[in-house]
Amino acid sequence: MATERTLPGAAMFRTRIALRRLQGTLFVVLAIAVVAASLASLAFLAADVLGRGVGWLDWQFLNSFDSRFAERAGIKAAIYGSVYMMTFTLLLALPLGVMTAVYLEEYAQDGWFRQPVQINMSNLAGVPSIIYGLLGLTVFVRWMGMGRSVLAGACTMALLVLPIIVVATQEALRAVPSGIRDASYALGATRSQTIWHHVLPQAFAGILTGNILAASRAIGETAPLITIGALTFVPFVPEHPLDRFTALPIQIFNWTSKPQTAFHDLAAAGIVVLLAVLLTMNSVAIILRNRAGRAAGGGRR
Amino acid sequence: MQASLYTERKLSRRNRARDARERLIAGVLLLAASVGVLTTAGIIASLAGETLRFFQQVSIIDFLTDTQWTPLFSDQHFGIGPLVTATLLTSAIALFIAVPFGLIAAIYLSEFAPARARAVIKPALEVLAGVPTVVYGFFALIVVTPFLQRFIPGLSTFNALSAGIVMGLMIIPLVSSLSEDAMSAVPASLREGAYGLGSTRFEVATRVVFPAALSGIIASIILALSRAVGETMIVAIAAGQRPVLTFDPTVPIETMTAYIVQVSLGDTPYGSLSYLTIFAVGTSLFVMTLVMNVISHWVVRHFREQYD
Repeated sequence: MATERTLPGAAMFRTRIALRRLQGTLFVVLAIAVVAASLASLAFLAADVLGRGVGWLDWQFLNSFDSRFAERAGIKAAIYGSVYMMTFTLLLALPLGVMTAVYLEEYAQDGWFRQPVQINMSNLAGVPSIIYGLLGLTVFVRWMGMGRSVLAGACTMALLVLPIIVVATQEALRAVPSGIRDASYALGATRSQTIWHHVLPQAFAGILTGNILAASRAIGETAPLITIGALTFVPFVPEHPLDRFTALPIQIFNWTSKPQTAFHDLAAAGIVVLLAVLLTMNSVAIILRNRAGRAAGGGRR
Repeated sequence: MQASLYTERKLSRRNRARDARERLIAGVLLLAASVGVLTTAGIIASLAGETLRFFQQVSIIDFLTDTQWTPLFSDQHFGIGPLVTATLLTSAIALFIAVPFGLIAAIYLSEFAPARARAVIKPALEVLAGVPTVVYGFFALIVVTPFLQRFIPGLSTFNALSAGIVMGLMIIPLVSSLSEDAMSAVPASLREGAYGLGSTRFEVATRVVFPAALSGIIASIILALSRAVGETMIVAIAAGQRPVLTFDPTVPIETMTAYIVQVSLGDTPYGSLSYLTIFAVGTSLFVMTLVMNVISHWVVRHFREQYD
């Protein structure tokens, strides 16, 4: 200590280093404030929507069609539309996405085809969703003559979520230890047998997570459905893939656009239902991911 | 002898059948993998076809230079300018929120946060990106605009300001997680070198790690811009449907995406000129976002600092 005190500029250094350390402390305070502000606005959004909508949430709301009178309006058609569309979307996108990923990871490792397909996938993920709507309007609604139907909506949505499923499945396949493949080949299994019986079951949790994420993206998407012409007023339940339909986000959009505040409260009630569905789906995805992570860790040991 | 020849023939027949099946499966998988490429082709074909038909009736010079956009009125003008400035205005407001918030969060998560705080904050921020955009649109119009009107008396019911702010909130996790990935990828030896020279943690973060990760950070900002330009529901609900050439954030405007929504909701006859306008606008939007995405990838590839 004695020697330090005699060094020229030591006092100045001590002041300077205190100030320099203070910068870090101030930054942490600022960063926590920024993160807290972002999360607080999310919490505020949730609380506000809940406050407005919760009074309207009853069986009558869930089991009625839309109406010009807010007290009689409900989301029955929207729920049926969303569920039908989601089912068809996954029926199309799940096999396509998994097969694409299997091809890219297990077959085309060094092929000339892999690079363009991979780049194309990442570009597709960046295309605005409304452009998919214009694609769906031209290709599915017009060229293929599906009309403004559930099926046209599902085909459009399937293409929109395809990159999500492909990327998630690729990651899940990459996480499968190559020893599993080697062991299967050593026993004389073919490539497809190895993939079907050993690689895919190992990657199952990861693939499922990707599909849940894709489904939750599709269930909240609005813009492409508006573009392909999903209806905003539907007093019926679609019974055929080629029937016209509405969906939950479309119904919310429709009510939000009305001037009367009673409809805004209805929109809030619809949002509560939508967010509850999304929260459930994402919780399942997180639980699965954690379980898969533990399994993979155990395998590596 | 006889028996073994028989088995051999049977085996080779089974092998051939097996090989054929393997080839078939590979072919089917290849076909599935082509769907993504076909989608891109479909996007380009559907946009290009209708856009070409649009430009047979409207000169491309007018499209790019006219300052009025009134395709739904009797006095038709087809200048995309007002839609583009509106799109840039809302996107600029969004980035004004998302870039500082996202970068501060990213530096904190990558360089300062203890592991346990990180494990909570990172997924919590990701939730912001998972909320459907129609919900954000509701939030902007029904909650944020009335709130802002208390402080800004002249604020219209529909305006670029609250749409931009809420869009910024949505984009924060995009900036924060991509930038954090870039900063986490900076090798520890750089940090150790800086600490060895007597730097504080803040100096290491801002003068060593941040510059070293700059390419990834810029790429994340460009991707955020591209996302904001293509965002539809928030601006369609909260920013208005009035295509005017202005940078005033307090009055109603109309972005490119909001225009497509407006026409899609109306009963515009198929094949009419106003129907074709949404494809001309869509093509412009697609080209803008594609260019930004390509630039973003290019920045990462060409300006990445290589340390190993």
